[in-house]
Amino acid sequence: MISSQAPILIPMTFLFAAMLIPLVGAVNRAAAHLTAVLGSALALYFSVIGMQTTLAQGRISYHIAGWMPPIGIEFVMDPLSAFICALLCGVTFIVMVFGKRSVEYEIPQKEIAFYSLSMLLLGGLAGMVMTGDLFNLYVYLEIAALAGYALVAIGDKRAVVSAFRYLVMGTVGATFYLLGVALIFISTGTLNMADIAQLMPMVQDSPAVIVGLVLIVLGTALKMALFPMHAWLPDAYTHASTTATALIAPIGTKVSAYVLFRVLFFVVDPDHLRTELLNLLQIIGYLGAAGIIWGSIMAICQSELKRMLAYSSVAQVGYIAVGISLASPLGFIGAILHALNHAVMKCCLFFISGNMRLRLGHSMIPQMTNGLRKSMPWTSAAFTLAAISMIGLPPTAGFFGKWYLALGAIEQSHWIFLSALLISTILNVAYFFRVMERMYLKPQEPEGVDYSEQTIVRSEAPASMLVPTLFLALSLLVLGFANAWIVTNLIVPMIPGWL
Amino acid sequence: MLEFIQGYYAYIFLATAFTIGLYGMMVKQNLMKKVLGMSIVAATTIMFWIVGAYKEGAGVTVLDPRIGVEDPGMYLNPLPHTLMLTAIVVAVVTLGVALALLIGIYREYKTLDEPTLLERMK
Repeated sequence: MISSQAPILIPMTFLFAAMLIPLVGAVNRAAAHLTAVLGSALALYFSVIGMQTTLAQGRISYHIAGWMPPIGIEFVMDPLSAFICALLCGVTFIVMVFGKRSVEYEIPQKEIAFYSLSMLLLGGLAGMVMTGDLFNLYVYLEIAALAGYALVAIGDKRAVVSAFRYLVMGTVGATFYLLGVALIFISTGTLNMADIAQLMPMVQDSPAVIVGLVLIVLGTALKMALFPMHAWLPDAYTHASTTATALIAPIGTKVSAYVLFRVLFFVVDPDHLRTELLNLLQIIGYLGAAGIIWGSIMAICQSELKRMLAYSSVAQVGYIAVGISLASPLGFIGAILHALNHAVMKCCLFFISGNMRLRLGHSMIPQMTNGLRKSMPWTSAAFTLAAISMIGLPPTAGFFGKWYLALGAIEQSHWIFLSALLISTILNVAYFFRVMERMYLKPQEPEGVDYSEQTIVRSEAPASMLVPTLFLALSLLVLGFANAWIVTNLIVPMIPGWL
Repeated sequence: MLEFIQGYYAYIFLATAFTIGLYGMMVKQNLMKKVLGMSIVAATTIMFWIVGAYKEGAGVTVLDPRIGVEDPGMYLNPLPHTLMLTAIVVAVVTLGVALALLIGIYREYKTLDEPTLLERMK
């Protein structure tokens, strides 16, 4: 029963929770957090059930209001969307558990708005993943984006300005996407993705369709912060509250990358992709490679942990873009696996920056000393594990995503992509070891004028924040060891047959 | 050339307006003007859908005795118009959020001029 309704239930659970939280919060402030946790747990449950059913029986299609697909709106759960959706719901559940203390500390009095908006954001993102209709995707994209602007705006003093920049860039992206959809609709007369995929061979040579596809890719690339369209991302992530960043950073850009996957591999005709659109694919790949290097270099230059992680996100989006551009099974596996790993790693690292903000009052890298290791041993250990995974050392999850991407690049002799991957590993070492060195080796300075006020509260983060952090850090090891199982059972079924 | 302009004048107008909007968003220093540019871009996109659905001499999708049922091509596809109702709502909400953020920025920094704002943010 639930399994056939799963595609619609997941976004609806989030949207319903978003409406419920202000009502519940008006009666009892503490209940707002509980509602958010329960809502995301319920959505996680639905998505796991949906994923099991999809893997066992194939694609689930839900027709809204009973209208059949080419005319009505269709919600689709196939292995790809089920996987991304389970990832979204899982990350959200953990972030919501983590959020309670961090939100109370960083953005007091705004909890109810925060939880309601995060549920709205997730409703939009889950809808984007589930929908099988290009225009419906636009609507969900805007729901997610508007909730995202508001979430980013709830932060420190500068958050409003960065939220405004995010809004301007995000709106341009969405407008490009909508124009692209218009051109495709004018040429094919339908908005249903599966239907367009069937009609595509007849119209694919018309300039309107090609311009439309380019506009869709451009809009999506803006949303996923592909270099050089990433300028909004570092500011938005730095000035928002930690919980908001931990929610948006791991999944926001991934969902836009998912749209790119969906459009390029499931809507566009494969032969067309391999011939006429090859240039488009290659441009995505080169921009991704440039983003990998640029993001990593900028990350080295930052002195604030959250800002460093934000630039690192620009680089990680580049990996996914490279995987898309390879358009081979190995590239596909690498990109999806990296999306999963990066979501877990980045979420864990942003949690750590939140723990530091709670206990130290800041997350400035130059002011970190080995006092951090003594006062917050578990947080430091989690940071080390996540950093090792970001760098991509073998037993951790981060290695395997990069491994598949590197294999894919070698298979097609794309030496530029391969060298970008390798160089970025070295750059990753540079910016993570810089933090780890201070955390473990730099002695506390005796003069300590600046530190005197910060040494007052120095203890490990509260359990509600520490447990999610450690859970994510350990799951990096688990994901690393289980990667073969994940690839065979979850990722291989989602690769389209022609690839 | 003239035929081209005659056939596509609506699209040429829209492309120009779209470019003006983008120009405003990218080049203008005043944040309010950026919002205006954003509005123009959104309106142009909506108009593009509407113009795309236009057909000379065709009627609305209600049975018209003068047109009859022989030629379904004489009825417009109502879908783009209804879709654009949603898009208008989205554009209005985006405009609302943008204005709310501008109010927040003005309260915090007492300016909407970007160079001054950057100076005051330091």
